[in-house]
Amino acid sequence: MIEKNKLYNIWVYLQAEPLFWLTLTIGAFLIGNYFYKKSKLNPLVNPVAISILIVSGVLIVTDVSYERYFNGAKFIHFMLGPATVALAIPIYKQIHLIKKESGSIFISLVLGSLFAIFSTYFFAKLMNLDLEIIYSMMPRSVTAPIAMGISELIGGVPSLTAIITIITGIVGASFGTFALDILRVKDMTARGFAFGLASHGIGTARAMSKNKTAGVFAALALGLSGIATSILIPLLFKLINF
Amino acid sequence: MLKSIFIIFLFQLIGESAQKYFELTVPGPVIGLILLLISFILLKNNKNLFVNKVKNEISSTAIHISNYLSLLFVPIGVGVVMHLSYLEKNYIEVLGVIFFSTILTIGFTALVMEAINNRFKKNDRKK
Repeated sequence: MIEKNKLYNIWVYLQAEPLFWLTLTIGAFLIGNYFYKKSKLNPLVNPVAISILIVSGVLIVTDVSYERYFNGAKFIHFMLGPATVALAIPIYKQIHLIKKESGSIFISLVLGSLFAIFSTYFFAKLMNLDLEIIYSMMPRSVTAPIAMGISELIGGVPSLTAIITIITGIVGASFGTFALDILRVKDMTARGFAFGLASHGIGTARAMSKNKTAGVFAALALGLSGIATSILIPLLFKLINF
Repeated sequence: MLKSIFIIFLFQLIGESAQKYFELTVPGPVIGLILLLISFILLKNNKNLFVNKVKNEISSTAIHISNYLSLLFVPIGVGVVMHLSYLEKNYIEVLGVIFFSTILTIGFTALVMEAINNRFKKNDRKK
């Protein structure tokens, strides 16, 4: 009995500290990455999705709140900012290719971003979703902080937008490859650019793990589409009565 | 290692401050990315040994970080699973819209870009 109490006390101590949750997050990711590598980078075996499921499972079983988990895991979350800044380097290394394709980059950026916004609006209308949810969904293809800002601006719910944006990233990273294979797109710059434009950072991470050139163009699209969408959506709202 | 982390953090710090000061919708880290990219372009032909050493250090740190980009999405992704109830009764519709719109956007964007690139290549050959 005493032994059991001791173990319980250790758990009570550990679950209040960041160390346990950091170790769990990295461990879950190593497991996810192991299966991803083992499957020869099969997009359906998405390492982010696997790690999320493992950690969520642990939280549900141990009845620990997300807030408590995040209090530890926020140190990993924090690195998202610096990692975004660091994307400047792979982009810089391919700057000659980007210069060469600057025309097609610009046209694909504008058309692709418009397509993302209007297709979301069209399908959401088709499903008869409430306007508040539709507005929360419209900026979903860009990185979460930008998407949340736009959502707030047009009358959406930012926390709902955050959820929808992350799901978009995982869906794009997991299923985008199939769409591109069916359409027989072979151009690695176009494949990567589409991933970054439609499914932001999570799509970019997938592209980077698969092909260097695709990864760079995904990173480029991630940054550019964030800027383009934050200009386009408020502009569209002035022009069109959604 | 430490110098490169300092520079990367510093650029994010400048980006975040600029975002707040100019009230921009583009997030601080993206501004930091743009500024770091511009700095690298401007310092492209710099012969200073120290500058080049720091540039190389930043390059290797940046490659390390981008290898683990996926890991950084796990904490916020767990939040999505724990807060799925926010979608209430609409979750099938919302997931359906996300699925079809995302797949179509990826296909459309890639086709547009590939078509333009192929056209440019043909023109290049004609010249």
